[in-house]
Amino acid sequence: MQPLVELRGIARRYGGVRALDGIDLDLRAGEIHALVGENGCGKSTLIKILTGAERPEAGGAVTIDGQDVTAAGPAERRRLGIQVIYQDLSLFPNLSVAENIAIGRHLGRIHRVDRRAMRQAAAAARDRLGIALDLDRDVGALAIAERQLVAICRALAEEARLVVMDEPTASLTRTEVDALLARMRELAVRGIAVLFVSHRLDEVLEVADRITVLRDGRRVATLPPDGLTEAELTRLMTGQAFRYDPPSAPAVEGPVVLEVEGLSRTGQYRDVSFRLHAGEVLGLTGLLGAGRTELALSLFGMNRPDAGTIRVCGHPFAPSDCRAAIAAGIAYVPEDRLSRGLALEQPVADNLLATILPRLAGRLGLVPPARRAAAARDGIERLSIKVARPEQAARTLSGGNQQRVVLAKWMATRPRVLILDSPTVGVDIGARDGIYAVVRDLARAGVAILMISDEIEEVRNHAARVLVMRAGRLAGEFASARSSVAEIRAAVDG
Amino acid sequence: MAERMARLARTHEFRLLLAVLALSTVLALTTDGFLTAQNFFDLLTVNAFAGILAAGLLAVLVAGGIDISFTATASVAQYVAMTAANAWGLDWLSVFAVGLATGTALGLVNGALVEGLRIPGIIVTIATLNLFYGLLVFATGGRYIHALPDWFATGIWWFEVIDGDGIPYAVNLQILLLVLALGATAALLGGTSLGRQVRALGGNREAARRVGFPVPRLTFFVYGWMGMMAGLASLAQAQLAQSVAPTVLVGRELDVLAAVVLGGASLAGGVGSVTGTILGLALLAVMQNGLVLAGVSSYWSPFFTGLVIVLAVAGGAAGQRRAAGAAA
Repeated sequence: MQPLVELRGIARRYGGVRALDGIDLDLRAGEIHALVGENGCGKSTLIKILTGAERPEAGGAVTIDGQDVTAAGPAERRRLGIQVIYQDLSLFPNLSVAENIAIGRHLGRIHRVDRRAMRQAAAAARDRLGIALDLDRDVGALAIAERQLVAICRALAEEARLVVMDEPTASLTRTEVDALLARMRELAVRGIAVLFVSHRLDEVLEVADRITVLRDGRRVATLPPDGLTEAELTRLMTGQAFRYDPPSAPAVEGPVVLEVEGLSRTGQYRDVSFRLHAGEVLGLTGLLGAGRTELALSLFGMNRPDAGTIRVCGHPFAPSDCRAAIAAGIAYVPEDRLSRGLALEQPVADNLLATILPRLAGRLGLVPPARRAAAARDGIERLSIKVARPEQAARTLSGGNQQRVVLAKWMATRPRVLILDSPTVGVDIGARDGIYAVVRDLARAGVAILMISDEIEEVRNHAARVLVMRAGRLAGEFASARSSVAEIRAAVDG
Repeated sequence: MAERMARLARTHEFRLLLAVLALSTVLALTTDGFLTAQNFFDLLTVNAFAGILAAGLLAVLVAGGIDISFTATASVAQYVAMTAANAWGLDWLSVFAVGLATGTALGLVNGALVEGLRIPGIIVTIATLNLFYGLLVFATGGRYIHALPDWFATGIWWFEVIDGDGIPYAVNLQILLLVLALGATAALLGGTSLGRQVRALGGNREAARRVGFPVPRLTFFVYGWMGMMAGLASLAQAQLAQSVAPTVLVGRELDVLAAVVLGGASLAGGVGSVTGTILGLALLAVMQNGLVLAGVSSYWSPFFTGLVIVLAVAGGAAGQRRAAGAAA
């Protein structure tokens, strides 16, 4: 069978850097083809070559239905049925769902807008996908998962034959991911080729018909998922073996730092009790919506519980706001903060000190330069952040080092309890180890850490004990060393 | 249907309409002069200049740009058009052609700078406001033109009606041009593919580029549209003032911006409607009119203008927070 889209000998260089080096790839109608690789492996460039935004170097060719379209630009490629759903979805938040779906109708010569026809086209695309979507709502008012559906509908409305989805699941909950993967299968059943670009190997293995692995601009392999494991895929992507180490966190018998007793908040969580010791990493897992984040926010003073008590180092603690919590020694790093909690254009030093400016300020509220420099140096050393100068912009650091800056920022408040909500979401596999290492070091230094995560393997491997929340209640406590992932998953799913 | 009504009731335009109606009711009950046909026609005539400019500015804001140079553009356009009219004895059509062409050309200069140099519109147009105005004042020495062609001084007087007190009114040049400007902008933004492209551009520039919209051309277009409206407004103003003065228009740009923003247009782009702009203009116009009729010193006018804007913006922000809260 002739492939729908074929890439032959695609090479592309930026400056002196080889982004792609002799890539061959074919995409067949009706298949879900996953494209995986570490950051910088050439995935984005490959997408640009597919859309026509970038031309391959001489010798490379792109064909659709056997016809050479190497010279065709983005508009022509789209007309031929190549649609990309970018990670940011590229929707118009100020326009209605119908208008976003049918946006392609506004192309070409200036003409009158036929609202009825526009709405019909949008409704048709929506119905082909078999979903419920209010066509008249503004896209800006939709949740991410719904926006994603709008983007898919738009691709359908434009007669997509190949849909490239760039990291579509990065900001979705597990349930939403399942729904999205089901949509992808439906697209494939309709004969549409799907190129699924993703970091999440479990999803890739679950949904893909074939998987292509890129490394350093070369295609390492294209293979079916049968019998393949995440570990093998990771090895192909990185060239190194990577596996979750067996549970490594030692059980800790330090003094109790945080004691929660019968804590409840109507509609969110009920009767939660646990103890957290100095130097301990305590895992907390459960499905999204099980009440994990709500509980964490209560500990941080941002979500007042209805009943129960919290004690910090034996003293009753009823924080009225997060300042009180910070003052009591509790730090909370929310899910998106590790990746987005930085003022990227500002110097590393200023980012490090953002949480403790009042403490550094001298007379008139000014921060003496020497004190600022010393505090920044301290943060950089404590978390071994690789930085040439404290004055360089945070943007110039690698992802892993940026996360260290965020952690250092919170460590500067000298917390007794550090709550990490989903610390590795959206983080490259290679960079995760760095975060785990920091977490271990912090625990060794006596900080009590509550690590919240969707990924059971993650909490089991990095926390000595794992608490499971289900529908607002604690549904079990597991000693990592004596429990299997399957046992914990059973408690999570109920 | 009920749902559509409920949706309508939540719009910014609907709240503005209520505010305009409420203010008008108070004025109608407390003053003699407000609820008269004469006052109504006067309000339209006097506010036509700002209204036409607002139509142009709305297009720029919806596209995600901003322009504050239009009063300078208008000054130049009106000076060029009237000088040409006097020098060559131009007729109606030619005068409008010259005025609109001058305005459009200056608007395109803004578009070229914004698009070509990738400088934010606010900075470009602060610069061109001074450039255009400075050149005009230098070239003219600040001299007024008092001698306008007779036909221009007469203007138009269509569909005359005479009320019970024997006072005549009619559609004059200002009202005609105001209606044309607002109508054309509404048709453009709401009814054409070009207008939808402009709105999409203001909502998400990168996405508009990816969809294949001609982003640079759209930018040129909206700044050109603004310039053309400035040309149109300048002629309405010249006819009303019966003179052309290089120095009297500059300084009014922020009033126009205030009316458009009050009308719901977002400085972040992508949001705004002609209906809202009309209501924004109406609210400020009625408020100022009311102060005059109530005998309040005109020195208070800026204060109340500011107050209305703060209240409206605060109300809008609160509404958005409620909406966001409901969605979450």
